[in-house]
Amino acid sequence: MGTIQPKVEAAGDEITLVHAAKAGDISAFEELVKRYDRNVFRIAQHITQNREDAEDVVQDAFLKAYQNLANFQEQSKFYTWLVRIAVNEALMRLRRRRPERMVSLDENIKTEEDSMPREVADWSPNPEQLYNQGELKEILGKTIQGLPPSFRTVFVLRDVEGLSTEETADALDLSIPAVKSRLLRARLQLRERLNKYLKNRTGGDGK
Amino acid sequence: MTCSDFLKELTDYLDDSMDAQTRAELEDHLQWCHNCYVVCNTTKMTIEIYRDSHLYELPDDLRTRLRTAIVSKCEGHKKQVGDHREQSGSPTPK
Repeated sequence: MGTIQPKVEAAGDEITLVHAAKAGDISAFEELVKRYDRNVFRIAQHITQNREDAEDVVQDAFLKAYQNLANFQEQSKFYTWLVRIAVNEALMRLRRRRPERMVSLDENIKTEEDSMPREVADWSPNPEQLYNQGELKEILGKTIQGLPPSFRTVFVLRDVEGLSTEETADALDLSIPAVKSRLLRARLQLRERLNKYLKNRTGGDGK
Repeated sequence: MTCSDFLKELTDYLDDSMDAQTRAELEDHLQWCHNCYVVCNTTKMTIEIYRDSHLYELPDDLRTRLRTAIVSKCEGHKKQVGDHREQSGSPTPK
């Protein structure tokens, strides 16, 4: 069985742009915005689950990055540093909307059982044939919304945005084992929840 | 290897970040355990579906609007810092 290969971003002339932006060149910073605004928006909306909040996070995260460029030590990639700022902004917005619930990346994770597969069935090989694009997006959105924020944050960075485990740990200030543990549970919980929509309807229980 | 052992290693297996011997043990388990085979396959599909879904894409008009707002705020910040330096008489950093 094949493995999942992460997306690889080309670093290119990024460090030149960062140096120019640090020296006050706003057009260089605008290039960095163009390079990463889509990623920051996706991350923000995955975490906040709210479009307006995601828009605000994009603006605030880039502004904060610009204001703090002098503090960027270049020990990590600019993107990882930016993601760290964006995740913090997104979690802050989420806390504001849900003050009744503690939202933290360190939140206590439930027992192993919450991620153990309960229903095992083969899936239709082409989900696109079961649902149109709009329906599938709705299912995926609804499904990921049900995950605890700490799980969906790790999942979106690692599996949607293609950061490495180390970069994800760095961006979220988590240990590598903590990232792996949350990622496993996020993947298994999403799989379990998608199962009811995507299981093979023609092949019985798949056994 | 039990199914529980297999699940613990699933993330490293899917990410191809394990030694050859552990990988061989997991693949041996997959040969005879249908449930783990299905869980492994559908978990892999879950990741691929989300990766390819283009969920929460940034529309072009909103993208332009956000970028204009960001640049304008950055210019405002730059001016503010510049004015503050002029007022306090501190030299511009090299």
